[in-house]
Amino acid sequence: MVQSLGRLKESASQTAGPYVHIGLSPNFAEIAGVYDADLGISMVNDKTRGERITVTGQVIDGSGTPLKDAMVEVWQADADGLYNSPAEMRGSADANFSGWGRSPTNMQDGEFRFETIKPGRVPFRDGRLMAPHISFWIVARGINLGLSTRMYFADEEAANAEDPVLARIEHRVRVPTLLAPRDGNGYRFDIHLQGDKETVFFDI
Amino acid sequence: MSSGALSNSKPETGSFFQRDLGWHPPAFTPEYKTSVLRSPQKALISLDNTLSELTGPVFGHNILGEKDNDLIHNFAQPGESAIGPRIIVYGRVLDERGRGVDGALLEFWQANAGGRYRHKKEGYIAPLDPNFGGCGRTITDEEGNYSLRTILPGPYPWPNRVNDWRPAHIHFSIFGHGFAQRLITQMYFEGDPLIWKCPIVDTIPGREAIEGLVAALDMEATLPMDARAYKFDIVLRGRRSTMFENRLEGN
Repeated sequence: MVQSLGRLKESASQTAGPYVHIGLSPNFAEIAGVYDADLGISMVNDKTRGERITVTGQVIDGSGTPLKDAMVEVWQADADGLYNSPAEMRGSADANFSGWGRSPTNMQDGEFRFETIKPGRVPFRDGRLMAPHISFWIVARGINLGLSTRMYFADEEAANAEDPVLARIEHRVRVPTLLAPRDGNGYRFDIHLQGDKETVFFDI
Repeated sequence: MSSGALSNSKPETGSFFQRDLGWHPPAFTPEYKTSVLRSPQKALISLDNTLSELTGPVFGHNILGEKDNDLIHNFAQPGESAIGPRIIVYGRVLDERGRGVDGALLEFWQANAGGRYRHKKEGYIAPLDPNFGGCGRTITDEEGNYSLRTILPGPYPWPNRVNDWRPAHIHFSIFGHGFAQRLITQMYFEGDPLIWKCPIVDTIPGREAIEGLVAALDMEATLPMDARAYKFDIVLRGRRSTMFENRLEGN
């Protein structure tokens, strides 16, 4: 026998179920009066620095059907590449930018939507700069463990070409699943759970 | 959102422990039918944490309303309260090193005492309770403690096989200190025989991991003549200490 390391095991994940909107966006789910506003619906204000963008998309299942009961969260750096987090040791992020957003996919067409700003570049572990990106986390009925992926900007070709995370993707044909094309004033990022266009998901 | 207001201790910046994917449910679990078309089929790309995963949003106690963690009253008309067996759920949010996680936002949602959710897509015949909304939230204190008050949710049938029933449960969504700790799970109740008949519970491969989601009845924490108490600890991913960590260039 040896000494015990005394570690605990992470609580096992369970699906968010069909009613995740009750818990995470009750006003959207028409449960009024419990909270003033749903968390994460506003990432920016009038003073936020950076280029305003809208990010929209759908989460699409293996039959091509968009999910109408999903919840999508995003986490991103500010315009200077700093995170609004106590663990950000490089400086102070823009106090007028939360960096975190949450959007239910709606019951009409399953779209999620974020009003945000284009993030700056953030260093990789070795100091090389990553391309601008937004981290996504997706939960829904039928998803047993929340899915992690990243949205990159298709029009950042030079930065994307030297991004150390994109470089890690062995099957280059899959890289475009992470590249959001410009769509008017914003970017379109559809997330495919299965099939030929299955989005690259990360084990972070 | 506020930063740094929760603790005097220096924020930790080490990488999170690798997630044990054999402990969590796999994506594809055909006995839970909805997972079939919603499960990625290609291998996940492993990514040692960068700043994008090591950092995460922190929520200040100032976002909380007085009744946010009281589901018996937070949707009820003045002077009214939700119907059902009154319970307290309390516990700690810990990480895999056994350390309390301070400032963790917990959000929870559940069916009413009859097993009915307040949702327009919900069709179960059990009635709505006009005084029960079914959602709440709280933030852990400096030691990671939290508590909430609610009614015992009812079990309910759900469309999977023709006669599948969910055990009584409360959904929990948890934020730790880094976005890579983000977790959603469900809390079950000690002694519920439906736990061992549920295809969603059964997506978890091991009995020990399931038992980690079953809250224990704690008679010592009850409020006599008022509410029973269940203890439910939640464990988030731990992180490496930075004692000899390689210094990141540019930091």
